[in-house]
Amino acid sequence: MSRQPADYLKWTVAITAVVFFALLPIVWIFSLSLKSPDTISDKSFIPKDVTLDNYTTLFEGGFDSPLLRPLINSVAIALIATVIAVTLASFTAYAIARLDFPGKSAILAGALAIAMFPQISVVGPLFDMWRALHLYDTYPGLIIPYLTFALPLAIYILVAFFREIPWELEQAAQVDGATPWQAFRKVILPLAAPGVFTAAILVFIFAWNDFIFAITLTSSDSSRTVPAALAFFQGESQFTAPTGNIAAAAVLVTIPIIIFVLIFQRRIVAGLTAGAVKG
Amino acid sequence: MTAVPAGRKRRAPASDKTKAERKLGLLLCAPAVIAMLLVTVYPILYAIALSVQKVDLRFPEESGFVGLQNYAAVLSSDLWWQGVFNTSLIAVVSVAIELVLGMGLALIMHKALFGRGLVRTAVLIPYGIVTVVAAFAWFFAFDPSSGFVNNLPFVPDGKAWFGEHNSSLAVIIMAEVWKTTPFMGLLLLAGLATIDEGLYEAAKVDGATAVQRFFKITLPLLKPALLVALLFRTLDAFRVFDSIFVMTRGSQDTESVSILGYNQLISRLNLGLGSAVSVLIFVLVLVIAFVFVRILGTSNPAGQGEK
Repeated sequence: MSRQPADYLKWTVAITAVVFFALLPIVWIFSLSLKSPDTISDKSFIPKDVTLDNYTTLFEGGFDSPLLRPLINSVAIALIATVIAVTLASFTAYAIARLDFPGKSAILAGALAIAMFPQISVVGPLFDMWRALHLYDTYPGLIIPYLTFALPLAIYILVAFFREIPWELEQAAQVDGATPWQAFRKVILPLAAPGVFTAAILVFIFAWNDFIFAITLTSSDSSRTVPAALAFFQGESQFTAPTGNIAAAAVLVTIPIIIFVLIFQRRIVAGLTAGAVKG
Repeated sequence: MTAVPAGRKRRAPASDKTKAERKLGLLLCAPAVIAMLLVTVYPILYAIALSVQKVDLRFPEESGFVGLQNYAAVLSSDLWWQGVFNTSLIAVVSVAIELVLGMGLALIMHKALFGRGLVRTAVLIPYGIVTVVAAFAWFFAFDPSSGFVNNLPFVPDGKAWFGEHNSSLAVIIMAEVWKTTPFMGLLLLAGLATIDEGLYEAAKVDGATAVQRFFKITLPLLKPALLVALLFRTLDAFRVFDSIFVMTRGSQDTESVSILGYNQLISRLNLGLGSAVSVLIFVLVLVIAFVFVRILGTSNPAGQGEK
C-alpha cells in the first residue's frame, strides 16, 4: 500500500483533534487556577496575570485548611482500600484460576453483577447501618464500600492474568531443589506481580474517583475525601465564589492521575480490557 | 474387586486431595464473597425492608409499617418520572455518541500510521480524572460569569447554560461523553485487535472498498466486544450522579434517579421513601441488564463457556 502525504495529513488532523479535546478541560481548569480574583471572571482561556494564591490559600491553617485534611484522607482511604481489595481479589483469583471447586462460575457471575450494581441503591441502608455501627464519618466507613465495589474489577483482571501464568514452573523449580517458599518467591511472584500491580492501579483510580459514597457517608473533614470536599467548598466570604480555589484543588488531585497515566498507561489499558474481552 | 468403568474414574469419590483443593478454594474465596454480600446483598434487602415502612429521621416517632404506600407515592410523582426520563435520555444519548466517537478513537489507535501512543496517553487522562473535577471544569467553562465558552464566536454572549432544562442536559451529556468515550474506545480497540488482518487482505483482493470492509468485516466481528462495551456503559450511564450534582444539583428539572434518591435519603432523611426509590432503581438496572444479557446470549451462543 502506498503511503501518500494525504494519509499523513488525515491522521495528523484526527490525532490533533483527539488530543485537543482530551486535554481541553484540563488546560482550562489549570488556566483558571492561575487567575487572580480580578481576572477570574475575564472569560479568557489564557490567564492574563499569573498567581499561585489560589493554591497557597488551600493550605492556609494547616489541618484546618480547606484541602490538606481531605487530601490526606483521600490518599489514605484509597491506598488502604486498594491494598485490601487486591489482597482479597488475589486469593479469589488464585482459587478460580488454579483450583477445582464448586461455585466458581457463580462467584464470577456474582462479581459481574456487583460491577453493574447501582451504588445509590445501597447508600440509604449503609447510611443507616454505619450510624448504628459508629462507622459513619470514619475511614472504615468509606474503605469498606470502596474495596467491595472494586473487588469485581480486581478479580476479573487477576483471573485473566493468573490464567496466563505457567504454574508448572513452580514445580519445576522445586524439582531443581528450591523450597516451596523459594519457588513461590523467585518464580511465581515475579510472574504475578504485573497483574497484581495493574489491578492495584485501577482499584486506586476507582477509590480516588468516588463521589457518591464520599458525600453520603461522611459529614466532616475528619474523613471527607477531596471530591466531596470540593463540592462543599465555601468562598472566603459569602459573596466570593471559590472558583479559583476549586480550580486549584482540582488541578492538585488531577496531577497524581496524570503521573499514573504517563507511567503505567500500558498496564491501565491491559487491565481495562483484560476483564471485558475475556469475560 | 469391582471394576470401575474407565469414563467414570475421574468423577469417582473425591480423594483427599480434591477434597482439600475444594476446601482451599472455598476458603480463599470466602473473604471477597462475604465482603461483596455484606455491602450489596444485605443492604439491598435492608432497603426493601425500609421501603415498606415510614422511616423519616426527622420524625422518628412516626415510624411504622406502611405496606406499599412509599412505592405508590414514588410511582405517582411527576418528579420520579421526570428523573427516569432524564436518566434514560442521558444514558441513551451519551452512549450513542460515545459509540460513534469511541469507534473512531479505536480505529485511530488501531490504524494510525504514527502517534498511537500519544493518542492513548491523551485519552487515558479523561478516563482517569476524577468525575467531579471534570464536571467542575465543564461547569466553569460554560458558567456565564467566568467561562470561556460564551466568549467563543457564534455563542451568544450572555447565554445562561444552566438556566434552562435543555442546555443544562446538553452540557451534562457532553461532560459524560468526554469522560467515558476513552473507556468505550479502549474496549473496542481490544476487540479490533482480535480480528484477523488476513480477512481484510482477502477482502481487498476481492475488491471490497474500505466502507464495505468496515460494515462486512469489522462490525460483525466486533459485535461481542461492542455489546459488552454497550452493556457496561449503559448501566454506568444510568447511575449518572456526580456531573449533575456539581452542575445543577437537579435544578431546571435535570434530576437523575440517583440524584432523586440522594435528595430523599440524605437531604430529607426520609429513609422509607428514599429506599423505595433505591429499590425501584435497582429493579430498573436489573431489567436493563437482563435485556442486554439476553441479546448477548443469543448473539454469542459459544461465548458462555471457558473464558
